[in-house]
Amino acid sequence: MKKLLALKNVVISIAILIIIWQILFTVSSYDAALFPSPKMALDALVEMIENGKLFENISTSMTRFAAGYLTSVTAAVVLGLILGRLPKVFQYVNPALQLLRPISPTAWMPFIVLLFGIGDVPAVVIIFIAAFFPVLLSTVAAVGNIDPIYLKVSKNFGISQPALTWKVIFPAAFPQIANGIHLALGTAWIFLVAGEMVGAQSGLGYQIIDARNNIRADILLATILVIGIIGILLDGLLKFIEKLILRSWGGAD
Amino acid sequence: MYIEVKDACKNYVQDGREFTALDHVSLDIEKGEFICLLGPSGCGKSTLLNALAGFEKVNSGSVKIDGREVTAPSINNITIFQNYGLLPWRNVLKNVELGLESKKVPKEEREKTAKKYLDLVGLSGYEERHPRQLSGGQQQRVAIARGLAVDPDIIFMDEPFGALDAITRMKLQEDILRISREEKKTIIFVTHDIEEAVFLADRIVVMMADPGRIKSIVKVPLGTHRDRTNDDFLYVRDKIFELFNMKVDDYIEYNI
Repeated sequence: MKKLLALKNVVISIAILIIIWQILFTVSSYDAALFPSPKMALDALVEMIENGKLFENISTSMTRFAAGYLTSVTAAVVLGLILGRLPKVFQYVNPALQLLRPISPTAWMPFIVLLFGIGDVPAVVIIFIAAFFPVLLSTVAAVGNIDPIYLKVSKNFGISQPALTWKVIFPAAFPQIANGIHLALGTAWIFLVAGEMVGAQSGLGYQIIDARNNIRADILLATILVIGIIGILLDGLLKFIEKLILRSWGGAD
Repeated sequence: MYIEVKDACKNYVQDGREFTALDHVSLDIEKGEFICLLGPSGCGKSTLLNALAGFEKVNSGSVKIDGREVTAPSINNITIFQNYGLLPWRNVLKNVELGLESKKVPKEEREKTAKKYLDLVGLSGYEERHPRQLSGGQQQRVAIARGLAVDPDIIFMDEPFGALDAITRMKLQEDILRISREEKKTIIFVTHDIEEAVFLADRIVVMMADPGRIKSIVKVPLGTHRDRTNDDFLYVRDKIFELFNMKVDDYIEYNI
């Protein structure tokens, strides 16, 4: 019942969005080729599905995303677990991180294209940068926030490194690390599109640029919708995985 | 002497004020004794326990166990904490196996030992549960089983039943008394509950605050079977109350 009610809210919310779009389309004086109606975008979507272009681009984008996001999360968690245990070293690393963190990953884009050329690498690197800082900083914070009693118990029971990290520190910090991983997913997905718009000749981001170049606003909007939907699905998938892990982690709820 | 504390001093600086947690404390404990460190907060009883367990170092004086200076925690002397310290991501069985893993005990034997001690604390059948699914009393039983599983020489208990309700606390007191006799462990037990100390201890170390020091050591001449309503029990309890100047006739209130 609760799920059905939630579904009702989703349907109403999206229906309102489409109605506003339709009204804007009806009242606007723009050419339909520049500002298409929801129906035209839907047709474009069907067209892309039929000619196979959509799934080709989705699979290209998802491969890049998986490569960038997974390596970034792994690297950031490992580094975070180390730095979290070395607060004195982190004092020296932190200022540099704080300097790099607020730089939008897209600002690196021209530099990365110069170094690696157009292709898969720039998009993967952008995603890596986008996911890296939130995961690293939340891991360092999580390790610092571990209840000292776990460390006391570990010392008492003779648990030393490296067992201490994987038996105690990582699982104890995991709920907070998972927060960072979750946050980074949204950010990384946003920057995938930016990365592909500038540095690639394929993928969903490129498809937007390609649609603009061909003045196919219907394909452009359809692609934007697809990007949004995949973003929601990724978020849902991660929430599901998180729930599974946390359930085995804590037993209850 | 098995455990020997000689002239131990410990100072803290807290909010810019120096605070003497232990002021020339000396104490000898024999193997197999059940000792309660009893006193109000700030009397240094937990500091003394932490020094014995190796979690803190004293500023001067010496703390020796079995002739050797205590410098770090050891798996031979297990501490039971007030907030249990169970690992919530491990089930009950895996929690009890924790120390056995460091001792490199093979898997089957770990499980056998863990089950034996879970049985001893009355938690057979709870192996697959997670700590969050247990009551406070059950969690502390798991922590006790985890401690016993590594077969320590000494068990340190830092107000272990402080977070439990009165009935559960009494039940656990009876159990720990039974376990201490069966397993023949030396137990050092910190509490601020006079009745708890009288119920459990062979000797009660009465401590005072500011500076933290030992006021006196009271031998509890009660047998292995202790009854909280028995005259002898009440007599010893009254003696301790007197030490804290807490007999009611000391206070006279006037209402005009």
